[in-house]
Amino acid sequence: MAYSQYVLVCAGTACESCRSAEIVRRLQAGVRARGLEGSVQVVRTGCFGFCAQGPVVKVLPGDHFYAQVKPEDAEEIVEEHLAKGRPVQRLLYRAPGRAAGAAAELPFYQKQFRIVLRNCGVIDPENIREYIAREGYAGLERALFEMTPDDVIEELRKSGLRGRGGAGYPTWKKWVFSKEAPANPKYIICNADEGDPGAYMDRSTLEGDPHSILEAMAIAGRTVGAQQGYIYIRAEYPLAIRRLEIAIRQAREAGLLGRDILGSGFDFDVELRLGAGAFVCGEETALIASIEGRRGMPVPRPPYPAVRGLWGKPTVINNVETLANIPVILLKGGDWFGSIGTPTSKGTKVFALTGKVNNSGLIEVPMGTTLREIIFDIGGGIKGGRRFKAAQTGGPSGGVIPEAYLDTPIDYESLAELGSIMGSGGLIVMDEDDCIVDVNKFYLEFTVDESCGKCAPCRIGGRTMYNLLTKITEGRGSVADIEQLHAVAHAMQKASLCGLGQTAPNPVLSSLRHFGEEYRIHIKDRRCPSGRCKALVTYSILPDKCIGCTLCARRCPVNCISGERRKAHVIDATRCIKCGECYEACKFGAVLRA
Amino acid sequence: MGKLTLAELRELRERARAEIARRESDAGGGDVVVGLGTCGLAAGARATLDALVEELNRRGLVNVTVRQTGCMGLCHSEPTVEVRVPGMPPMIYGKVTPEVARRIVEEHIIGRSLVSDHIHDRPAPDIAAGLGAGR
Repeated sequence: MAYSQYVLVCAGTACESCRSAEIVRRLQAGVRARGLEGSVQVVRTGCFGFCAQGPVVKVLPGDHFYAQVKPEDAEEIVEEHLAKGRPVQRLLYRAPGRAAGAAAELPFYQKQFRIVLRNCGVIDPENIREYIAREGYAGLERALFEMTPDDVIEELRKSGLRGRGGAGYPTWKKWVFSKEAPANPKYIICNADEGDPGAYMDRSTLEGDPHSILEAMAIAGRTVGAQQGYIYIRAEYPLAIRRLEIAIRQAREAGLLGRDILGSGFDFDVELRLGAGAFVCGEETALIASIEGRRGMPVPRPPYPAVRGLWGKPTVINNVETLANIPVILLKGGDWFGSIGTPTSKGTKVFALTGKVNNSGLIEVPMGTTLREIIFDIGGGIKGGRRFKAAQTGGPSGGVIPEAYLDTPIDYESLAELGSIMGSGGLIVMDEDDCIVDVNKFYLEFTVDESCGKCAPCRIGGRTMYNLLTKITEGRGSVADIEQLHAVAHAMQKASLCGLGQTAPNPVLSSLRHFGEEYRIHIKDRRCPSGRCKALVTYSILPDKCIGCTLCARRCPVNCISGERRKAHVIDATRCIKCGECYEACKFGAVLRA
Repeated sequence: MGKLTLAELRELRERARAEIARRESDAGGGDVVVGLGTCGLAAGARATLDALVEELNRRGLVNVTVRQTGCMGLCHSEPTVEVRVPGMPPMIYGKVTPEVARRIVEEHIIGRSLVSDHIHDRPAPDIAAGLGAGR
């Protein structure tokens, strides 16, 4: 069968939630009705990354990029574009100020460099044949037939690949520890317990290219001498789980998992373990406890899991993104991978770009790309032309980066110097309407909620810090609170049992460092500059500016604004819930927020 | 799919690679553009397109991109096929039946000689310049 045209439809979670499955059905029906099924192939692919413009449909050849497609547009695409060769102009994506162009030329894609996401948006993740076509399982071939385990480790060492889960530990070292540990059997675990608010890199990778993870796990198994792998994935990722199940079944049928892989004599199999969505289970010892059927709580390290992990046996635990790099490193070589990035951080990093940015989505850039390039070139700048305030990386374990450091090349070290961390890849953009204190209260609320409660520094310290922030946002703060925040934070960092507690104070510490003045305004002036902290804000109407248009009164959800038409209105402060609707609604600047 | 041996996996990869190679936007081996306007379709351009792709695949020319366009205004000589491959002048062929399409692949793209009896025209100078001659 030779197809001359391809319609690639994004079937990631974001686009599926916008009915992309229905778009596929209607495209297929249209293609059949037109008798084009022999020459047009409709393919469901993984995430294109441009989630802000989803559902995304790409037509090849020609690289035509359709954005925000609705199911009812399917017939028009078939009729006009596929049958008659006339791209549907009204659906083509146009970057602001630009004409519609080929997908590869969109500003969103120009600065990206895709290794991890190489197959996302290109292949059908439910078809092993398409993965194989794109050099799939060729890395495993090399590991089985051309390289010794030491060769594999040497390539990884040369590549400089470091753990993408957040801490950045060199991957080859973990593998060496497990390989050299005498105990048997050994295990490979893929940590797919992605939990940072706003982060979805791993989910999209698993949804769009599940075989790359299976291949990497088999390579790891061959290298360290393990025969069993587990993917620990949260149950909230049903689509990723379904695609993984399909991929595992197909790989077993093809003899790429199971006994005697490709006749090499090497046995390796992978099973899924579903987590109940506890953030702490992303911590490796808690994750292991959860797989073993115990409550997900961490234990002190060392011994590290690489030496004593699952069932007390040597266990390599790698994050999804880390693993996705490995088949490519074996194919193209560690030197090639090592040539990308900065001196200490090699390769690329996938970020889930969210928040107050125009093009939110999933992006992959070489290490050393600056935040400015990510937010303004790829991300298309701040929504509504507002002013950039800070970028948050590393989620509840990370910190904020203010405007002054927008041109810092991003790598593990530069982010650590700024008081943040690379983290797993959540990148949340904040604008001038976001309150730093309020945002950090949110992160602490998250870690307090997710703390397993086993060790006191995390259980009590987190709660104490949260209470202090609450005080400050409610206008009851004192200067001494800042000192106490520092003291508790340092105690938590030093004494907490696992990474969750050790890093939970990071957002507060980094924001105190970069936005200390904003904390002081909350405490001394009892004022919230962005107007987020409701207790510190009052809304009133300036009588000389109000023309009595009644818009605010109609928008007010609690009907606390009164006044006659064409006469100045008044807000009843006792009933006002400070939602800010009137402030947003007024076209004359008559609502005062103070 | 049964259990694969190493040789079978490699063979499968070669076959599958050709199947999806046409999803690349620019494979470097030149473009063949088929007019699929109403006039072209009525004259059988769909069969021409399929024949082109089949012939290119059969001969392993996966780096030649096959694209489609609308009406070029040459409705009287549809189906029209424009061929732009490196090292050859850009050329528009007219009345391209599936049979002629296979000849274009064999004589023009592989043999580097023009299919003389079906030459319709060269692309308009401004179009040819904009695309880069011979690309």
